[in-house]
This record gives sequence, structure tokens and C-alpha cells, in this order.
Amino acid sequence: MKLTVWTYEGPPHVGAMRVATGMKGLHYVLHAPQGDTYADLLFTMIERRDHRPPVTYTTFQARDLGSDTAHLFKDACQQAYDRFKPEAIIVGASCTAELIQDDPGGLAETLGLPIPVIPLELPSYQRKENFGADETFFQIVRHLARPMEKTAQVSCNIIGPTALGFRHRDDIQELTALLFDMGVQVNVVAPMGASPSDIARMGQAHFNVLLYPETAEAAARWMERELGQPFTKTVPIGVGATRDFLAEVAAITSLSPQVDDSRLRLPWWSSSVDSTYLTGKRVFIFGDATHVKASARIARDEMGFEVAGIGCYNREFARDIRALGKELGVDSLISDDYLEVERVIEELQPEMILGTQMERHIGKRLGIPCAVISAPVHVQDFPARYSPQVGFEGANVIFDTWIHPLVMGLEEHLLHMFRDDFEFHDEAGPSHHGGHMPKDIAAAADPQKTVLLEDGNVIWLDAAERELKKIPFFVRGKAKRNTEKFASEKGVNQISVETLYEAKAHYAR
Amino acid sequence: MNDQAPITGCADTPVLKERGQREVFCGLTGIIWLHRKMQDAFFLVVGSRTCAHLLQSAAGVMIFAEPRFGTAILEEKDLAGLVDANDELDREVARLLARRPDIKQLFLVGSCPSEVIKLDLARAAERLSEIHAPDVRVINFSGSGIETTFTQGEDACLAALVPQLPATDARELLLVGALPDVVEDQAMQLLSDMRLNNIRVLPAGRVTDETAVGPNTVFALTQPFLGDTHAALIRRGARHIAAPFPFGEEGTTAWLRAIADEFDVDQDTFDRVTAAPRARARKAIQAQAAVLNGKSIFFFPDSQLEIPLARFLTRECGMQALEVGAPYIHRDLVGHDLDLLPAGPVISEGQDVDMQLDRCRAAHPDLTVCGLGLANPLEGEGLSTKWAIELVFTPVHFYEQAGDLAGLFARPLRRKSLLTGFHPNMQAAE
Repeated sequence: MKLTVWTYEGPPHVGAMRVATGMKGLHYVLHAPQGDTYADLLFTMIERRDHRPPVTYTTFQARDLGSDTAHLFKDACQQAYDRFKPEAIIVGASCTAELIQDDPGGLAETLGLPIPVIPLELPSYQRKENFGADETFFQIVRHLARPMEKTAQVSCNIIGPTALGFRHRDDIQELTALLFDMGVQVNVVAPMGASPSDIARMGQAHFNVLLYPETAEAAARWMERELGQPFTKTVPIGVGATRDFLAEVAAITSLSPQVDDSRLRLPWWSSSVDSTYLTGKRVFIFGDATHVKASARIARDEMGFEVAGIGCYNREFARDIRALGKELGVDSLISDDYLEVERVIEELQPEMILGTQMERHIGKRLGIPCAVISAPVHVQDFPARYSPQVGFEGANVIFDTWIHPLVMGLEEHLLHMFRDDFEFHDEAGPSHHGGHMPKDIAAAADPQKTVLLEDGNVIWLDAAERELKKIPFFVRGKAKRNTEKFASEKGVNQISVETLYEAKAHYAR
Repeated sequence: MNDQAPITGCADTPVLKERGQREVFCGLTGIIWLHRKMQDAFFLVVGSRTCAHLLQSAAGVMIFAEPRFGTAILEEKDLAGLVDANDELDREVARLLARRPDIKQLFLVGSCPSEVIKLDLARAAERLSEIHAPDVRVINFSGSGIETTFTQGEDACLAALVPQLPATDARELLLVGALPDVVEDQAMQLLSDMRLNNIRVLPAGRVTDETAVGPNTVFALTQPFLGDTHAALIRRGARHIAAPFPFGEEGTTAWLRAIADEFDVDQDTFDRVTAAPRARARKAIQAQAAVLNGKSIFFFPDSQLEIPLARFLTRECGMQALEVGAPYIHRDLVGHDLDLLPAGPVISEGQDVDMQLDRCRAAHPDLTVCGLGLANPLEGEGLSTKWAIELVFTPVHFYEQAGDLAGLFARPLRRKSLLTGFHPNMQAAE
């Protein structure tokens, strides 16, 4: 038993739903109690889907447990076929149904449906959502895909994108264009957008692009073995990774890796002097392993950050992340315990977090800016605009996304000069964000505050007061307070222009 | 809108009983609002990753502070009997209480898996109560989907509290149901203005504010889904003041009237206290009713608020109900509302979601009240929808919220008329 407050991954049957909902012409009959239908809203609300997920739940209740839940399952399965006429059905159990051991696969088989019925065994008490997606996709491919004659032109399948994925929609588009530039046709994208009949013709492709190992590695390995399709190992997120990916595809296909990269802006944006302030920023990176690996490389090699720590919540990839941590010379945190992640961040005190929506919350609590790089997803992770992570446009998007939460160059200098300001401090957030909430400026100008200093009357001389007003309003309060603090520490009770600049020199770093 | 009771209500309308796929939340969802209402309580669900995921997803956005709820996730070794689940539970509870000394009452909440493996949480609660007494009281209830539907989780929680309440012979009025603070304060003010004292609420904000109950207690329900709590209070000797539920001007007045009658409040006092807020409520409703008048509405089953709300929307906002679906219909509780609801709509209990969707599409209502899983798909088909869950997350009871309540239903229609022709599915709801 393990106490959990927030979870990074849902149960494995939600992974199966992500596959089913991404696909077309497939139906999922899920043996599950009433209430498990909550999962529909993940898709209809977070992803704003305008169709119900293709899932029929048996929604058994206590009164059914005494009688015949197996019959309930068979009825639900038959009715789902009659109503939706899918090309194939996947059947399985959620955590509670797993306990009552009705064997959905065996029950569905007895119905003799004229379509493929694919049973899923997803151990709910051991595994999680990503495993569920990976295993489901693997079973679908294993049941439906067969060796075939390859297409005349060089082609590939893009595998891994699912419903509720982090930017999967746009990654598919960007990657398809990138491959097209190289002269590679996309045969099938799966699971997202594929029907069972599309899965059946996946064998025509020359190779597979494994876009998200979390959800398609088992299928990639099976297809390599059974369909003779090699698969790419680099996920093209970031400039370097995209170039490595192109080289990998070139090695498989003998095509040229040279493609038009005139849209790529990250390298110049990162090199321009405006980005100097990014130098050596200490970042902590946490998320699913694929996005963490890609982000670590971008952070270090393409943004000039210092990686202060990394981690992932999906234990399946612990070895990869530990190896990467070793290479970076930092500790690796493999945990799905939100509180543990928070503790590590508190210890490391990074200047920025690249994480999930959970780390965004942690960052808010600790006053550390955070950019989101990975699932679990939130409605904000489904922007209306085109916003891929892969390829050249993905690199541009990542640059913008990552610098947005940061305090910009000049503002940062001012913060360093005048620390502990009541208006501009870590918790107030960058001033270009709507959430920036300085306290009432009138309070800063309150003469009473001046008198309240330990030594009693600290008086601003006229010239000093005029000088103070020349300081930009957004740091004036801090300058005033720091100067007063400095004056009182020095036993000065009249503040002159000189005192003001001595104070500035004192607090400047 | 119309002050005359219709000639016939829905009391005798045959109920369409459905048993099929139910697109509803389980009772665990109630924890989302209960944990905010009861400020010294922690809700520990003993369940699976699915339970934890549900709570996180139903909360919609995660709550920034560490919430006062969590899930003790059962693992393979708990099920295989390799470890004693009770020892594991004791350990997790001890750890939790050590970290959160502010917690004075701990709810062990049963789930589908804990029910199926027959983990005896009632006994665990007794044991843990002994261990952690007197600092912490440990209580068990079930929010499992196999036993509870959505708001029934609150019912199960409150029903579990009733036997714990101390006994009293005082003549007291008990208001039952977790209301937003602002609404609760308004109700208390109205009643105290009628010179009613000794008013207590269940659940109390803190265990130290808790009420007692006994044969001279009379209670009024503020929510229609509290069937088990109703029964538990009656077992303690308390008496129920049955009335329509306090939604809208008419419902609030009838609800207050029933209490006033019980306590012999004279008509003059009643009128003096209610006249101004009644007028305000009517005016506020009228502003929204302009949008709702003549529009048809279809309720999918969700919170058990459906029948009282249909009564409000038809009688005070001029809407026409086509189908009113409720997960369960407790006639002892919603009987008055059913009597007032003008005959005409299909009254359905339970659900077979695909069949009901077929009926909804055929009826083509101007507004459909449904869960979050169905709302966008129906919008995608061109229907206007109102998320039902908002009705339990928004202050909607009593006079001052009557206009807001009507506004919740008017907003999707106003929005549709603003965006007409903008999206292919957006057609004016005429």
C-alpha cells in the first residue's frame, strides 16, 4: 500500500483508452464498475474531443456481483458490436474487474463476432498508463499486422502518437513534413488516426519511426523482428537530436539527410546577445523519460543552461535516465511520488524547472519558474495554435516556451541589484505575466515606514528624493527600502544621493 | 413565472427504469468538495490507481496546496496476501497523521477494489480510532462505484457521521448537506431573522463545532441526494421536515415555510423576513428567464438534483422539460418537487447511456444537462449543453443565488446565440 496524493500516470486501462481513442474503427469493451467512465472526460474535456471515446463500459454495481457479471460483459460486448460496427474490438478489465476474474477475452471469443477480438492483459496493480498504451498497441499490431511487400518508394510508419499525448497532434504533422523533405513517404501513423485496416498494412513500410518509446517500443521491436522493419532510436526533439535523427534515417534509407532548415531559429535566438542571461541557469528536468532525455540535451547544448538534476516518473526507463545522469554528472530521480520530487527540487533550488504540470505546481509553491515539457497533460497542453515539439519548428517552440516563464535579462539585473523587494521578488513572478501582483505602491511611499526604522528618524534629503524618483517605478520601492536599510545599518539618519548609490553598490552583485 | 400549481404534477408519471451502461461518477468524487467543507478532516481512499486518477481528474485542475485527501493504493502484494493489508494501512495512517497534526478526523473511504476484496474498513476505523484517540477520530464510509453514484458519496459520508454524534434532548433544528459557506450563512441569517435559534449544521466545518442529535431534533435537507443520511437521522429519533428543495424563489420559500411552520413562526414575521429577498430573487430570475423561457431541456442522470432543478426551471423560468433523468429517485425526499413538476416529461431512473443518447438526439432539446464525458460530444453534434458537475460546485441554493442558478442554464444558450454561424455546429438555439 502506498499513499499517493497526485499521480503522474493513470492505470493501465487508461493507456489502452489512449490507444483506442486515438484510432478509428476500433472499439474497446471494458469490464469496469460504475464510475470508471470518468476517464471519458480526460478526452472530451482535456483534449476537447468532440466525440465520445470508443469505449463501452459494463459499469457493474454491487447487485451485479452477486449474480452474473460475465453475462453483463457478453451483453455489453455484443451490443457494442451491433451499435458501433467496429473493424476490431479490444477487450479487457479495469482494476476492479481484474479482481473478479471474469476473463473478458475468453467471454468475447464465445460470442463468435465476425471481426478480430483482441484480448488485453493489463495488470492494474503492478503497471501504469504508459505500459497500458504500449502493451495495447503491441497487441493490436501483433494481431493485425502481417509481413507484406514493401512500397516502391521509401516509406515509414510513425508509431507512438496516441490520444491525450503531449503535443502528439502537431508532432505528427511536423515529422511528416520533415520526412517528406527527405523523400520519405509516411505509410501509416499509428495508433493516432489509424484504423485496424491501416494497422494491417503497416508491413508495407521500409522502416518505423519510433516517435515515443513510452507507447510504442514493444510494437517497434516486434515489427523489427517479424516484419523486418528497423526502427529509429533518436527522438527528434531539439536541434541536435533532429539532425541525428535525419542522419539515422539517411543511414536506413540511403537518402540524403540534407533538408531545408531555413525555418530553424533556435540556434540564432540562443546565440543572440539578448539570450546571454540564460547562461548557466540551473535547471531541474523531470517528466517522461523521452522528453527528459531530449530536454537535457537541449538545455545543456542548445540553451547554455546548467542541468542541476534530472528524473523521470516511468520506471521502465530508469536505466536510460540513470545513464544520462551519470553522463551529466548529476543525480537521477526515478520516482512517481510527487512529494519526493518536491523535496528534491527544494534541495536543489534550481533557477528553473522543466517538468510536467505537477512540477509547475511545485514551482509555484517554491517560487521557481517552470516550463512544461511532458505529460501528464492539462487542457493548457492542447493549444489551438500549431505547437510541435519535434523537428525544426519544435525547436523554435521549445525556445519560446522555455524562456517565457523566466524573468527577462534587464529585469533580472534590477532584481539582483535590489533584493528582497516587496514588489519585485521571486514570488511576485516576472512582470510580463498577468499573475504578477506587486503590493500597493502607496504602502511603499508611506512616510511612516521610514520612521519605523530602528534608529528612528531616517530622513531623505531633497536631492536624494529627487534621485530616487529617477529610478524606474518598478524597482523604486526596493531601492528606497534597501537604501533605508543600508542607512540604518550604517547608523546614517540622513539619506543623501551618495547614500543612495552606496546602498546600490552594496546590494549589487 | 407561474404561481399557480399545475393541475397535475409528475407524482403519478410512470418512471422509465433503465439498467445499462451508466455514464456517471462514483461517490469518491464527493471528496472534492467535502474536504474543503470539513477543514480538519482528511479523506484517505483505500483503493487503486484508478481511484487516485479519478480524484485528480475530477478535481479538474489540481489544487495547489497539498490536498486533504489521498489514496492508499493497493498493490499486488496487498492482494496476494504477501502482506497484511491492515498492517499496511496502519502504517500509512500513522505516517500521514504524523505529518499532518492538524487533522482531527480521518475518513477511511472504501472503493470498488477494497469492497471486492472485502477489506473490512469499518473494523480498521475502529482499531485506528483506538490507536489515535483522543486526537483523531477515524470513520469509515464507502465511495465505491459499485455502491455509490456521484453525490451519494456525500450521503454515505454524512450517514457515517450520524451514529457518532452525541445525544441530546434539546429541541434543535439541523440543516443537513454540505453547502458553500456563503450559502450556509444566508440560510442561517434568514432563519435567525425568524427568531429561530439552536440551528446546527451537518457536516460542521470542524469536529469541535459538531452537533448533537436526539428525539427533539428536527432536520431539513438542503440536498436531495441524502437518502441514507435521512434514514440514519430518523434512526436517531430525529424528524424530517419534508419540503421542496431550496432552489429558486419558490423552492426556497416553500422550504423556509415548512421550517417556519414547524417552529410556529407567524405569517407576518415570515413575510417580513422573506419579502425583500423574494423580490430580489424574482427579479434576478426574470433577467435570466428571458433567455430560458420556452426553451426545452433534457437531463441526463448525474447528481440527483435533476428533479428539483427541473421543477425550478419549468415553473420559474418557463422552460419545458423533455426528459428528467436521475440516478435514483427517493420519493421521500423529492416527492414535493415531483408533485410540483408539471406533467409531460419522461421521468427516468438509472441509465443505459446509448439508449438515452438516442432519445436525446430524437428530442433535440434546446439545452441538455449532462456529465463532462458527454458535453463536448453533444456540442459536436450541435446540441447546447450544461455541465451537470458545475451545479454541485457552485453556490446555487436560496434566494440570493436563484438568479445565478438560472444563469448557469442561460449562459450556454446566450453563448450559442453570440457565436451563431461561427462554427459549423453552432446554430442558434431557436
